[in-house]
Amino acid sequence: MTDRNSIIGKVDWPLLLMYFALVLIGWCNIYSAGLSEGSHPIYDMSQFSGKQMIWIGVSLLLGFIILLLDAKFFDAFAIWIYVIVVFLLVVVLVYGKATKGATSWINLGGGFKLQPSEFAKLGTALALSSYLGRYDVDLKNRRTRLISYAIILVPAALVLLQNDTGSALVFASFIFVLYREGMPGAGALMLIAVGLVAVFVLTLLWTPKVMVIVLGGLLALTLAYYLLNKKKGLWTMVAVFVAFSAFVFVVDFAFYHILEDHQRIRIEVLLGLKEDLKGAGYNLHQSKIAIGSGGFWGKGFLQGTQTKYDFVPEQHTDFIFCTIGEEGGFKGSLVVLLLYIGMLVRIIRMAERQRSDFSRVYGYAIAGILFVHVAINIGMTIGLVPVIGIPLPFLSYGGSSMLAFSIMLAIFVKQDANRLNVL
Amino acid sequence: MKTVNRNLAKRQYVVIGIFVVIGVVYLLKLFSLQVLDKSLKQSADNNVLRFVTQYPARGKVFDRNGELLVYNEAVYDLMVVPGQVKDIDTLEFCRLLGLEPEVFTERLVKARKYSRVKASIFMSQIPKEDYAHIGEILYRYPGFYFQTRTLRHYPMAIAAHTLGDIGEVDQAQLERDPYYKMGDYVGKSGIEKYYEKELRGKKGLKVVMVDVHNREKGSYLDGLLDTLPSPGKDLYLGLDAELQAYGEKLMHGKIGSIVAIEPKTGQILAFVSSPSYDPNLLVGRARGTNFAALLNDPDKPLINRAVSGTYPPGSTFKMVNGLIALQSGSITPATRFHCNGPGTTPIKCTHHHGGSPDLANAIENSCNPYFYEAFKTTINNPKFGNIKKGFEYWRDMTWKLGLGHKFDTDIPSELAGNIPTREFYDKIYRGSWNSVTIRSLGIGQGEILLTPLQLANIAATIANEGYYYPPHLIRAFGDSTAIPEKMTTRIETGIERRHFKVIKAGMQSVFEGSHGTARSSKIPGITAGGKTGTAQNPHGDNHSIFIAFAPVEDPQIALSIIIENGGYGSTWAAPIASLMMEKYIRGSTERTAVEKRMMDGVINYSRKKK
Repeated sequence: MTDRNSIIGKVDWPLLLMYFALVLIGWCNIYSAGLSEGSHPIYDMSQFSGKQMIWIGVSLLLGFIILLLDAKFFDAFAIWIYVIVVFLLVVVLVYGKATKGATSWINLGGGFKLQPSEFAKLGTALALSSYLGRYDVDLKNRRTRLISYAIILVPAALVLLQNDTGSALVFASFIFVLYREGMPGAGALMLIAVGLVAVFVLTLLWTPKVMVIVLGGLLALTLAYYLLNKKKGLWTMVAVFVAFSAFVFVVDFAFYHILEDHQRIRIEVLLGLKEDLKGAGYNLHQSKIAIGSGGFWGKGFLQGTQTKYDFVPEQHTDFIFCTIGEEGGFKGSLVVLLLYIGMLVRIIRMAERQRSDFSRVYGYAIAGILFVHVAINIGMTIGLVPVIGIPLPFLSYGGSSMLAFSIMLAIFVKQDANRLNVL
Repeated sequence: MKTVNRNLAKRQYVVIGIFVVIGVVYLLKLFSLQVLDKSLKQSADNNVLRFVTQYPARGKVFDRNGELLVYNEAVYDLMVVPGQVKDIDTLEFCRLLGLEPEVFTERLVKARKYSRVKASIFMSQIPKEDYAHIGEILYRYPGFYFQTRTLRHYPMAIAAHTLGDIGEVDQAQLERDPYYKMGDYVGKSGIEKYYEKELRGKKGLKVVMVDVHNREKGSYLDGLLDTLPSPGKDLYLGLDAELQAYGEKLMHGKIGSIVAIEPKTGQILAFVSSPSYDPNLLVGRARGTNFAALLNDPDKPLINRAVSGTYPPGSTFKMVNGLIALQSGSITPATRFHCNGPGTTPIKCTHHHGGSPDLANAIENSCNPYFYEAFKTTINNPKFGNIKKGFEYWRDMTWKLGLGHKFDTDIPSELAGNIPTREFYDKIYRGSWNSVTIRSLGIGQGEILLTPLQLANIAATIANEGYYYPPHLIRAFGDSTAIPEKMTTRIETGIERRHFKVIKAGMQSVFEGSHGTARSSKIPGITAGGKTGTAQNPHGDNHSIFIAFAPVEDPQIALSIIIENGGYGSTWAAPIASLMMEKYIRGSTERTAVEKRMMDGVINYSRKKK
């Protein structure tokens, strides 16, 4: 049994310290981002920073309570927590439809709103861990796989119906869990996904022309390999390569010399080669200027100029990384990214030391969720990922996300502190 | 059973590998963005963005004939963005602006308190000449720039109370309406205040880039974020500028008011409160000093007496009592009451017409005993059961005639006046009172207090023979949108038309009858109806009051005149009313002697006021 008095000694302090550091950095930056109107203290309750302080306090309190609870509670009640969040997702959908308002919020009154989609990830992680942790399931069985898909896809579909594409995308993170638990084909799927992301990133890093050539070359090589295996001649391979390269240049020439200006611009915008400054591209443009203007050392805390104007509408929520990049510079970005990478690696390492399958699966689940959030959010602010509005864990302003991520982490810390009691 | 596969644990390295690789790619991208790419730093550091508010032209104001009453004139506000102020020669700057260094610091601190990055007004309303020479060297002072604003200007310098003024928005309004920013101008009084939303238009925003030398480098993102201001609506008032100016001249040297209404529409034709002031005094940087001087003037020129002054109506109230007596069936037009001249009790007559006048005669002669008797007969009418019920009927009818309450249209600072209630008398006479106790009400004295606007509306209602439109200033908006429905809704008094015809005939004989109290003010060739009032009041000599309308066949103008402490209604108010009506209907008067006497007449208030 857990000795409640010694819980402090059993928790994983490196993980908790990284958590505290991120929360503190987030709070300071929310304060700074909100400083455009005059000056007010960080605890001013009418401001974002003051409200976030309350959320941080509530999160810490809940986290502490979770540490005092019995570790088996979450495994035992996982399915009920899951049922409740799925029910809330349905409620928000029906309620949202009825009021024709935003479909992702439940109004709690008193200015407080609950975003069930933030808690849906937690519920799904618990349910999946509980299911895969059972002795009688194995991902090699089709039945197990189908049930696992259902656990993941039901809330994902409901979130998607709320038009919250970003949050729905996060459910893809459970691929890490399925991969680790030995689902056939999960590895290939994961590598294809990562490969697609890599191609996307590289396309934006390099000029499209170079990219077309590289891709053309790769394709030619693949073709060549195929042809060689069929024991066809070398000349055929060369002919295919030349034909493909010629095609690339024909496309390139056509694109820049034959198409009319307005046709070309339309294609460029479609491909994301040209920024659409009126829509989402405007945020990205401003966000890049803000982060880029930080330089190596940054402008200093509260000294940012770009993020102080109302350039980026979501600068205290989804675009909080802009403030970090501008005021903290590359140094600040580095610290935050290293904290996230450190946290993710630590969670995976801790997951592997668990004796219970539930705890291990849960660790992978939350590492995946955090990873996708961080990758999409920061990627969006620096132009590596299209603008998708999801919060940066522990840093973005917002009660629902702060609470959900903190509870998520606290449950894992509790499981880990209890690992030696698992037989 | 679960297949336990220890090899699966190795998959952690693939997962960790993916996390680390993506993390490194992000760091590389951040390094290139933040350290290698210089173009982003240039666009952020060297080009500070300046958000210049584009103020729309405030709507102009015209009179009913399209005469311009209010227009805009450009001035310049010196703006400051505290966060951009650095390395400036404060002393030299103060000399340039003519400021004390302490004031400079104080204003900068205030602006910083508002916002470090948003502009606030540092010095407002800088005239064109100063703007030119300060503008030349303003580039030396980063963070400061000029913003064009407009001030109101009044070419005819009339109708100050009606038009009102604009001034800087106050804290309460700033908090109430997010449209306003510190230093914005809003309507403070008159129609400027009432039609603020229509007049102000919509502000626009221009985002410009400014280089390190405080010079504008052009529009940001080719003006993508800019919004154009949309100008305010023009207002067309019912006011007749020429009549208004004429009325103001007639009121020279007198304290009081003129309210003229177009009976068919309820539009105000002239709205004079005397003493008045030049509205141009309350514009620009001298506003503060001038305002204080006007505020401290013992004659209180800032008060709009036409709506904020309440007076006992005196004999001009007799028509009201006559109408109620007729409508309640308490008298007929042929009913006669005996008058003993100055010897009559309980109210004596101020005239020696003798005999027993009928209603029309009584109006012509302004017979006090007749209207006391008519009032008494009304409230004692057996059909009401008792005097208190009768009194309540009387009060209800005055309410329907537009008395004792505000019209609540676009006329600001309007008072309700006072028609006493039954409860009031129950209280002061401890429940025991009768028609003798409240006899003064019969002749418009006692507790009755009316505004000149209400008085003019009585004249309009009589001219219309039974209804009125709530008096208002607006005639039309420049963009032809409808004026508020409330101001175009006809109000019925519930008194039959035939009764009004009797009253009208009586009022016509005030001008035309052999004993008419205003027979000396008869307008040759124009039929008119009127009624004099000589109101006793606790402030000194009697007020000279007159209400009238003309022409009788098809009334185009109805008005009320009050000359405080002017004595008899026939002395000042009646001639002025006749001149106003003649001016409006005919355009000019041949009675130049009367006109000159009225314009030049100055009342020595030190001897008339208590």
